[in-house]
Amino acid sequence: LQAVRSTVPGAVTMEKVTEYKDASGYNNYYEFGTDKGDPVEHAHTLRTSPWTVEIEGLVKKPAKYALEDLVKLAPQEERIYRLRCVEGWSMVIPWVGYSMARLIEKVEPQGSAKFVEFVSLADPKQMPYVGSRVLDWPYVEGLRLDEAMNPLTLLTFGMYGEVLPNQNGAPVRVVVPWKYGFKSGKSLVKIRFTDQMPKTAWNKAAANEYGFYSNVNPNVDHPRWSQATERRIGEDGLFAKKRKTLMFNGYEPQVGQLYAGMDLKKNF
Amino acid sequence: MTLARTLLHPAAKPVLFVLGLLPFAWLFYGAATDHLGANPAEYLSRSTGDWTLRFLCLTLAVTPVRVVAALPTLARFRRMLGLFTYFYVFLHFLAWAWFDQGLDPTEMGKDIAKRPFILVGFAAFVLLTPLAATSFNRAVKALGARRWQALHKLVYVIAGLGILHFFWMRAGKNNFAEVFVYAAILAVLLGWRVSEFLRKRRSGGRMPAGATGPRPSR
Repeated sequence: LQAVRSTVPGAVTMEKVTEYKDASGYNNYYEFGTDKGDPVEHAHTLRTSPWTVEIEGLVKKPAKYALEDLVKLAPQEERIYRLRCVEGWSMVIPWVGYSMARLIEKVEPQGSAKFVEFVSLADPKQMPYVGSRVLDWPYVEGLRLDEAMNPLTLLTFGMYGEVLPNQNGAPVRVVVPWKYGFKSGKSLVKIRFTDQMPKTAWNKAAANEYGFYSNVNPNVDHPRWSQATERRIGEDGLFAKKRKTLMFNGYEPQVGQLYAGMDLKKNF
Repeated sequence: MTLARTLLHPAAKPVLFVLGLLPFAWLFYGAATDHLGANPAEYLSRSTGDWTLRFLCLTLAVTPVRVVAALPTLARFRRMLGLFTYFYVFLHFLAWAWFDQGLDPTEMGKDIAKRPFILVGFAAFVLLTPLAATSFNRAVKALGARRWQALHKLVYVIAGLGILHFFWMRAGKNNFAEVFVYAAILAVLLGWRVSEFLRKRRSGGRMPAGATGPRPSR
């Protein structure tokens, strides 16, 4: 997958990139099983072609994009982002895609649109664990419109210079680097613009544990574990002290202003 | 050779000992050669917890199986299984203390105070300690069989705490399949004891053949 290096501020970290085998073999993708080794084992049943993404809701130009057209909508950029999982581990991944803002400008949200909802595929024929009671399927995630418009929010088609492996959310996903990983929906089939805060999958499952915002925040612990530190996969050895988690996963200069005046303890 | 004779074979205990060490050997080898996947710390924490529950179930299965299958010789393996339970829970505790908390006592204290599922798991580990410590013949003698037995009834509380710990750990992800498997096994093993107790009480203290109730393994 051809891409140019991104010029968006903060979009290319110099940190050591996680090994491909870890980034593609240690995944949370519950449609394919709850163990982190399950997705790489089961996701081969996902058919990523043909694929369409429907843009609907409060937009002036609702559309149904074939994947081939969506890929060509804007130049592909390489972005090297930190990924912080809500479970307390992290990776550094070179993604390929373009700013979600490019797509949003194209479909022209109406004035009343305040949120964007991302709906993942939920086909029990291709995804063996859809139908399990772990979550209410399909997997739905969402952002405030201004969060989705931030240049760091990436509509993602590839990683490590290749098209996305199925277990990483092929053929198209979103990546929001300053939020916990689960906020970045995989294998998107629908992008919906609304005036209501979307009811997201993990928030529905456990509202006290997973808030709508779910910004990476070392000062707000998960009810069952601390978020102050993290273990970098493949780098921090067994006995190494875990590294400190950074506010907004280190993207505070780029996204801090989105939350000016908000109580982030309440809006976790 | 019959099963009962096999169980009496002099090699039976050493074989069980080696079998009990196999999971540890595998984890140790996997950690040393980087074969535990992308997140070895999490793998070690999870597996030592799993093996604790497995050995706990095996330990608690000894008496029911001994009585139901009329295999009195099984009793000689109970102590070793119990000690393996403690061995794995100790490793589980160590994995948390070392990998998660960096062996920092202040951090560990804060974690226990803050997170109920850690508190419950830690309590189970602490409660199991006197049981492991009094598993030797001299301790049984020093305590007297009656007090020893009363102390070791704690294992039922520990089993409950262990399941609660596991349940809470999985609660955030609504992923209870494994929790229910262990809970069901333990429920059967404890349920059998309750029904035995009631049966004995009904039969006015006269014990059915082979059912002599829980007692130290020698």
